[in-house]
Amino acid sequence: MSQVVNAGFPLLTATAAVPALGAVATAAVPAARRTAAKWLALAFSLATLALALVVLVRFEPGGEQYQMAESHAWIADFGVRYELGVDGIAVALIALTALLIPFIILAGWHDADPLAGSDSGSDAGRSYSWRPTQGFFALILMVEAMVVISFEATDVFLFYVFFEAMLIPMYFLIGGFGDRAAPAQFAAGTAGGGDEAAATQRSYAAVKFLLYNLAGGLIMLAAVIGLYAVTADDLGQGTFSLQQIVQARASGDLDLATGTERLLFLGFFFAFAVKAPLWPLHTWLPNAMGESTAPVAVLITAVVDKVGTFAMLRFCLQLFPEASKWATPAILVLSLISIVYGALLAVGQRDIKRLVAYASISHFGFIILGIFAMTTQGQGGATLYMVNHGISTAALMLVAGFLISRRGSRLIADYGGVQKVAPVLAGTFLIGGLATLSLPGLAPFVSEFLVLVGTFSRYPVIGIIATFGIVLAALYVLVLYQRTMTGPVKDEVRHMPDLRIRELVVVAPLIALLLFLGVYPKPLTDIVNPAVDHTLSVVDRHDPKSDVEPVRETEAAK
Amino acid sequence: MSSAATVHSLWTTAAEIPDKIPAPHIEYGQLAPTLIVFGAALVGILLEAFLPRRARYHAQLLLSLVGLAAAFAAVIGLAAGGYATDKARIAAMGAVAVDGPALFLQGAILLVSLVAVFTFAERRLDPRAHGKRVDSFAAQAGAVPGGAAEQAAVKAGFTTTEVFPILLFAVGGMLVFPAANDLLTLFVALEVFSLPLYVLCALARRQRLLSQESAVKYFLLGAFSSAFLLFGVALLYGYAGTVTYSGIAEVVDGTVRNVTPALAGTMGNDALLLIGSAMVLVGLLFKVGAVPFHMWTPDVYQGAPTPVTGFMAAATKVAAFGALLRLLYVVLPGMRWDWRPVMWGVAIVTMLAGAIVAVTQTDVKRMLAYSSIAHAGFILAGVLAATPDGVSSVLFYLAAYSFVTLGAFAVVTLVRDAGGEATHLSKWAGLGRRSPLTAAVFAVFLLAFAGIPLTSGFSGKFAVFQAAAGGGAGELVVVGVIASAIAAFFYIRVIVLMFFSEPRPEGPTVAVPSPLTMTAIALGVAVTVALGVAPQYFLDLAGQAGVFVR
Repeated sequence: MSQVVNAGFPLLTATAAVPALGAVATAAVPAARRTAAKWLALAFSLATLALALVVLVRFEPGGEQYQMAESHAWIADFGVRYELGVDGIAVALIALTALLIPFIILAGWHDADPLAGSDSGSDAGRSYSWRPTQGFFALILMVEAMVVISFEATDVFLFYVFFEAMLIPMYFLIGGFGDRAAPAQFAAGTAGGGDEAAATQRSYAAVKFLLYNLAGGLIMLAAVIGLYAVTADDLGQGTFSLQQIVQARASGDLDLATGTERLLFLGFFFAFAVKAPLWPLHTWLPNAMGESTAPVAVLITAVVDKVGTFAMLRFCLQLFPEASKWATPAILVLSLISIVYGALLAVGQRDIKRLVAYASISHFGFIILGIFAMTTQGQGGATLYMVNHGISTAALMLVAGFLISRRGSRLIADYGGVQKVAPVLAGTFLIGGLATLSLPGLAPFVSEFLVLVGTFSRYPVIGIIATFGIVLAALYVLVLYQRTMTGPVKDEVRHMPDLRIRELVVVAPLIALLLFLGVYPKPLTDIVNPAVDHTLSVVDRHDPKSDVEPVRETEAAK
Repeated sequence: MSSAATVHSLWTTAAEIPDKIPAPHIEYGQLAPTLIVFGAALVGILLEAFLPRRARYHAQLLLSLVGLAAAFAAVIGLAAGGYATDKARIAAMGAVAVDGPALFLQGAILLVSLVAVFTFAERRLDPRAHGKRVDSFAAQAGAVPGGAAEQAAVKAGFTTTEVFPILLFAVGGMLVFPAANDLLTLFVALEVFSLPLYVLCALARRQRLLSQESAVKYFLLGAFSSAFLLFGVALLYGYAGTVTYSGIAEVVDGTVRNVTPALAGTMGNDALLLIGSAMVLVGLLFKVGAVPFHMWTPDVYQGAPTPVTGFMAAATKVAAFGALLRLLYVVLPGMRWDWRPVMWGVAIVTMLAGAIVAVTQTDVKRMLAYSSIAHAGFILAGVLAATPDGVSSVLFYLAAYSFVTLGAFAVVTLVRDAGGEATHLSKWAGLGRRSPLTAAVFAVFLLAFAGIPLTSGFSGKFAVFQAAAGGGAGELVVVGVIASAIAAFFYIRVIVLMFFSEPRPEGPTVAVPSPLTMTAIALGVAVTVALGVAPQYFLDLAGQAGVFVR
């Protein structure tokens, strides 16, 4: 066993348990004390962040592959253990999750107020006997807890349980809490009809989200059971422990037939590709992000979807290295289609949130491309991309959410000249947008560059085609900015207030982080790279030798 | 000697003094659970005959609860005494097996029945009739629906307290059914629990015609299936010359020791064996509700009084699957290669048909009926494993499923409008906004049906699918997850309806139940969550109970 079981304080469990406790506590706040519930949720998310930082600090990049491991018996009959452990990739993503949740909570401060809040939303007339505010923040914390434990789990079954269970709170977040702005697209007086239409759309988006992911998850369930049956056959006792299976495969105790391995791989990959989302399984994402509120949209794309790409790295590659190699060409082509198709559709969108959603699909294409390029730069870049995409999309989407809540419309055509009225808002929006198009100096550039370099060294043609994604990204971001922020000031926009203190508190740190990681990504790469090397050694792929060098030598010899 | 006497002696002979007829040896201690329940049922009938009307309800309720609890205690006692494992044996002259699966299933049936009694006894949901509290059952079963006699009975405040002894008889039959160790006992047990169920189905207080129709359908189709079963028993007897499980198994295996000339003549006749066992299986699959013998399920589930539906859906399934397991694993393991392909087909069709047809349902009770069909398919996948894992996983699934079902139907009794229970799905719109707790509880049950992790439904589904995969039925698992995905759609649709739709102005209200129904629902939720989060103890229990005695 290459792990040292931590006998001391169960830090990883605590990191997941604190938000779960926070969810319960927040849900239990009485209906009248809404503000208390918000502060409570924020406090719990900050406590989680503190714990995540402790994990980050205590993690030794050069040490064991899985650190701070915990292992307890859970369901012995199924060979299931409660096994946690983090590698560099997981540490980075846990930190990202814990970092984003407080901002998401702050950004969504008024999104779930039962009556029309301070913003332009006109939701009067709803009389719920339930407590939507408490529910909203409790659900966010619940999602955080499940995401964190998914990143930590080194037992396939444990991972699967939370991977699936996560869908339920997400589903309620998407379906239950729509955009306050939506009804105002229609005249404020006739908000009733618009409200109903929006509710129908939202419910459709929530169901679509759930069915796609549930179908993926159930296919994965079949593969999980298959994995158990295979290990039970070969090892005598069925197991779900990632490390045990990897070791058994390395030592030859566990010998999968080629066909079996491929089927199992496909079962796992299908679920992760839905979650990530990869073309052609992506269609739930624009609906879900379009209909949910901006903070929830950030939660979906910046946090929850990362579990999919993360799981490809941790489970698909390590459990089924041979099948991963076998499937690589097809997956590379699919991710390429994702990149170009997502970017093209983003160019054509009229709805700001759907535009960001399609941009995300394009970016997830890059991440998957990096993972399956099977080079150190590629996978390191992909991991970095997961973090950077989380931060940059959060910045862009949250500012877009503030914008939408002011005007009450998601349509790009309804805006114009905002930068003259609300310069700070426009400026932050621009920085978020530039990060999305990977401007050098901002964090996503480093990761996108690494992915492209990593891909190019093995698959030059694919690398070249993927570069078109960047060009298109420049197009959709700049056109979006131009149409909304520049030009003559529209009447509806004329009295738009600039960013408030709360909103600035949300945006400023994210932008600072984007700049910092863009200039100096080393702290992150130091943590991530050893883990990536380890994954690659399991897959048994080495970086291609540069064949440029020998040519030069021969030239020189002449 | 007279000529008459001479002639007489040609065909008679002086009788010898007959031997004392040996009294059958009955192990009363090991049969105690069944005997206690039947005893309580008989006492219940006496109470019904001799107690004044107003005292009956409380006396019957107390008697049923005490009887079932005592029987459960007896099961625990037997299991603790080792009868589930090393002391497992055949009791009552070979008629009844006392072994792990039997005791586990009897325990499950008794617990489920105990909870079902709570829902039977609920008297706060229906509005008072003429100042008296009433339950879900007809005031006077014999009165013509809508007639003068019925009105008089309602006015007099009659209640059908007979349901308690009838329930106890059904439970008694169900206790014997999975433990039956010869085909005749199996048949008798089937009739003993079926007949009370037919009666119970006809006893709804509201929509009595629908209820009576469902009872007639159930009775007619049930009678057919009983006939099939009985004919199968006869054919198997013709084949093996015996009705005991072990005797037939020996003949099937070819390990029988003394082959009489008669047996030698029939045991080569595979047609008898195949047709006979197919017919017995048909009888059992009917009770299980597997496609294509499922036709009765939706109508009966819809028409029967909801507490009865819950009890029937939970307990009948446990008993019938128990009997099916014993038949396939004890009597017919030698024919595994003959019955497995057929049961494969049945399992696949059952899973898919149940899930697909459920999508189009608009009535909660009918939807749960089709869902129960789909679940029967999932359980069949575990049965098909033909390994010890298969047995224990099926036992676990049955225990988990029965509590979810009972709880779900108990919630259905709460949602009411002027016409009684509001079972049409459109009336459930916005329930989550009106009474979040009720909707949340029902959502928990629906998620368990859908097999979402951290609920008992997931643990159970995982157990049976894993057993099926281990038993070489990987394709069944794939079909199973596809059916689960389809099924998830309609469970989720109800959750959508409850939480994301605007409530209707004239929508149903949620009645506040007495502690009885609350206990039933709370137990359902508790078991659902406990078996989802920490199933290990119960899996162990089911694992230890996985060996049949022969």
